[in-house]
Amino acid sequence: MPRDEAVASGGIGKAVKRREDVRFLTGKGTYTDDMNRPDQTYCVFLRSNVAHGQITRVDTAAASAMPGVVRIFTGEDIAAAGLGGVPCGWEITSSNGEKMKEPAHPILAQGKVRHVGDPIAAVVAESREAAKDAAEAIGLEIEEMGAVVNMTTAIQGHGAPVHDEAEDNLCYDWDLGDKDATDAAFANATHVTTLEFVNNRMIPNAMEPRAAIGEYDAARDQHTLYTTSQNPHVIRLLMGAFVLNIPEHKLRVMAPDVGGGFGSKIFHYAEEAFVTWASKEIGRPIKWTAERSESFVTDAHGRDHVTKAELAMDSEGKFLALRADTLANMGAYLSTFAPCVPTWLHGTLLAGQYAHPAVHCRVRAVFTNTVPVDAYRGAGRPEATYLLERLINKAAQEIGLDQVEIRRRNFIRPDQFPYDTPVALQYDTGNYLATLARALEMADYAGFNARKAESAARGKLRGIGLSCYIEACGIAPSSLVGALGARAGLYEAASVRVNPTGSVSVFTGSHSHGQGHETTFAQVVADRLGIPYESIEIVHGDTDRVPFGMGTYGSRSLAVGGTAIVNAVDKVIAKGKKIAAHLMEASEADVVFEDGQYKVAGTDKAKAFGEVSLAAYVPHQYPIEDIEPGLEETAFYDPKNFTFPAGSYLCEVEVDPDTGKIEVLGFWAADDFGNVVNPMIVEGQVHGGLVQGLGQAFIENCVYDENGQLPSGSYMDYAMPRAGDFPSFEVDTCVTACTHNPLGVKGCGEAGAIGAPPALVNAVVDALSAYGVDHIDMPLSPQKVWATIQAAKPAMAAE
Amino acid sequence: MPTVSMTVNGKAVASDVEGRTLLVDFLRENLRLTGTHVGCDTLQCGACVVHVNGDSVKACSMLALSAEGAEITTIEGIANPDGSLSVLQRAFQDHHGLQCGFCTPGMVMSAADLLKRNANPSEREVREWLEGNLCRCTGYHNIVKAILAAAAEMRGEKIAAE
Ligand code: FES
Ligand code: FES
Repeated sequence: MPRDEAVASGGIGKAVKRREDVRFLTGKGTYTDDMNRPDQTYCVFLRSNVAHGQITRVDTAAASAMPGVVRIFTGEDIAAAGLGGVPCGWEITSSNGEKMKEPAHPILAQGKVRHVGDPIAAVVAESREAAKDAAEAIGLEIEEMGAVVNMTTAIQGHGAPVHDEAEDNLCYDWDLGDKDATDAAFANATHVTTLEFVNNRMIPNAMEPRAAIGEYDAARDQHTLYTTSQNPHVIRLLMGAFVLNIPEHKLRVMAPDVGGGFGSKIFHYAEEAFVTWASKEIGRPIKWTAERSESFVTDAHGRDHVTKAELAMDSEGKFLALRADTLANMGAYLSTFAPCVPTWLHGTLLAGQYAHPAVHCRVRAVFTNTVPVDAYRGAGRPEATYLLERLINKAAQEIGLDQVEIRRRNFIRPDQFPYDTPVALQYDTGNYLATLARALEMADYAGFNARKAESAARGKLRGIGLSCYIEACGIAPSSLVGALGARAGLYEAASVRVNPTGSVSVFTGSHSHGQGHETTFAQVVADRLGIPYESIEIVHGDTDRVPFGMGTYGSRSLAVGGTAIVNAVDKVIAKGKKIAAHLMEASEADVVFEDGQYKVAGTDKAKAFGEVSLAAYVPHQYPIEDIEPGLEETAFYDPKNFTFPAGSYLCEVEVDPDTGKIEVLGFWAADDFGNVVNPMIVEGQVHGGLVQGLGQAFIENCVYDENGQLPSGSYMDYAMPRAGDFPSFEVDTCVTACTHNPLGVKGCGEAGAIGAPPALVNAVVDALSAYGVDHIDMPLSPQKVWATIQAAKPAMAAE
Repeated sequence: MPTVSMTVNGKAVASDVEGRTLLVDFLRENLRLTGTHVGCDTLQCGACVVHVNGDSVKACSMLALSAEGAEITTIEGIANPDGSLSVLQRAFQDHHGLQCGFCTPGMVMSAADLLKRNANPSEREVREWLEGNLCRCTGYHNIVKAILAAAAEMRGEKIAAE
């Protein structure tokens, strides 16, 4: 097939329909809980219903004798087996040079429980029901200790700390940026705007609850774990090396179809380590599937910052400096990525799209008796964007500048790239004026005042909110993140196997759990090789089939994983040229590869891609002295820099002043993701991100009470966005191609969740600005909005 | 153990079940029809929606024994007789109405019931109908679009996929 047709069938830039959809639409997907292994048992965990306490008794005798119970394990069994705890993947160093506090995180509680949901015992039984019944029959006594919940009081060291090694509950006290320059700029400012706020805690809620099946083959001394993971190789590495002491060649980890992750399925969790280990102990496979109420108290939560932010400006509204001081909740234990989220994924983004001369950021990470907090869609970057974009709107309000104008005055201009920020990043490229212009045009910003007047005539308050986000994606250059505290590199790997008759199997370390890699990666390869999209297969999610991989998070799959594939493809082409040169009796230097054919430049000699691959596997007429047979190449790609997707979002709302109810009337997103491989999929990613971001701003809220109980622990009490909550969106992209990867791509998975919350809050504050309101914390419940209006009314009347 | 019999996707089935077995577990474990999913334990998510005697029902909300004699259709049973995707299933693919696919069976089964009751729903009506179906991936935008497009196609109109 000529290249044009190949590309027409599925090359870069086409809205190719997803090949994975057919299995999902016919009920033929294979999620972990859909699998049963021969002779399988079921595991149910007995979990703490107390936030903080000393376990004084765990009596399993009666429960063990119940019908169907195979065995019950407690923390003592784990300790006796000498298993490691759940490891953390990052180490942050405090400003004073001390390493962060890193308390042990046992697989089953040892002596103490530290959050509601902490696992105490594991019941393995013939059925889920039998395991549940037995778990309820375990005799358990816990001597309660006061729960540490509030971060502000936690760091004052009242009461029993979460961990004895951190008396003041501080994990680290970190800072970034030039403090002296920042302080000096504040001293010279004409205007300083201050904003204190809470970035509310989120529960990720991927629709597929986590699940794991552990299996041990004694005859081959081989462990297998099926798990709901975004990065099976990382789980194999962390669990094999640090928890169970199983070498990689004896441990296979498979993440089959996975029903969404949003960060929560990056991390290594105790349950998957337990079933892997215990399946060998009992000699039978063990399956665990979380119930949703269990997900609420075991999946790592997201966000949860308390922040004071200040912006220094001159008389023209030009930014002079930014200062931020944040308390970041770590929960009871350090989850895999947790320490880097409020630091390197948050502090470094505080320059935003703006030419701030100076930025200083301090972050104190705090242990509390709550579920561990870790990366959740956007991870640190939503918190940074919210900080900046709320602060800027408050500043604009204070000095009487339009929210658009204040940003225009401070944007990094297109001719300033590459741009070094005062917080350790170099933005390679971007055009913030372009995305802003596109968003303003889509939203008809100019017509807003007329719409506002029309609403006012109906007694409603209309507002429009702007947010201009930037994120650092394509995570991440290994040596850089190593210097920042990562305990692993963040490259990606791919193998490209050209089969004898010219079809191609691609093995990628990226994992797809909704992103559509099986489609987009095939588009990339079809485009590069000029062969039909249909003859390319993408394989992922199995450590025995894929050489290695760091997985999917931080919008890295295409920028990093896609580049590894491109590099492996290029190695294939290079080898193919040597073979083709031999077949055509030409010099290798004269062979070019185009339109899916090897050609001798300047002649009409050509060999099709498939002819060359066949020659590689049937090497009769072949340069066998010089090159090996076969056509399969592997590449490891380490990114040179982060990528920097950016965009402008506008949100328009109407508030009913009598009820506080908010209606989102429209949402417009103009994003720069660099080049786009599949625009349909990119739009879908934006839509999904937007609703997660709007959900945070509008209705979602994870609430702990002072005893460390989780009242928002089910879908009855934790408000998930539903189809009726928001309108359809208008989204578009502008392109500045990433300068340091061959595809010119930046990543699109997190943008919506990053940019949406401040746009919505800015819109509501704009609607209420007539009342003098300048901030409301998320989520913007009608009750809170109504109360804000009521509180503002007397002040208005007095004026 | 009592025995329950019903017709699932056109086939008569009978099996022993515990009294407490939910219909969704019966479908998934006894019949190994794993396309019907479990996303919650509070009747909220709709990942488990199937048709019971033609109406959409959350299969986690009823006991298998209560389905005695019923006609059940699951996601595995709604493709065209020749195995090709039905208009509604195809619309989900054409309009990218699914990402991870976990909510998808419930969404499709729920939407099929809507379109049977209302051949020409408005966007608002579709959004309100989906009240009991959670999706964390798509932001609902393309699900709504897919359902509206399927409705139009079933009415004989044609809406181009973008
Ligand atoms: S499983 Fe959630 S509603 Fe049935
Ligand atoms: S497609 Fe993933 S939950 Fe809907």
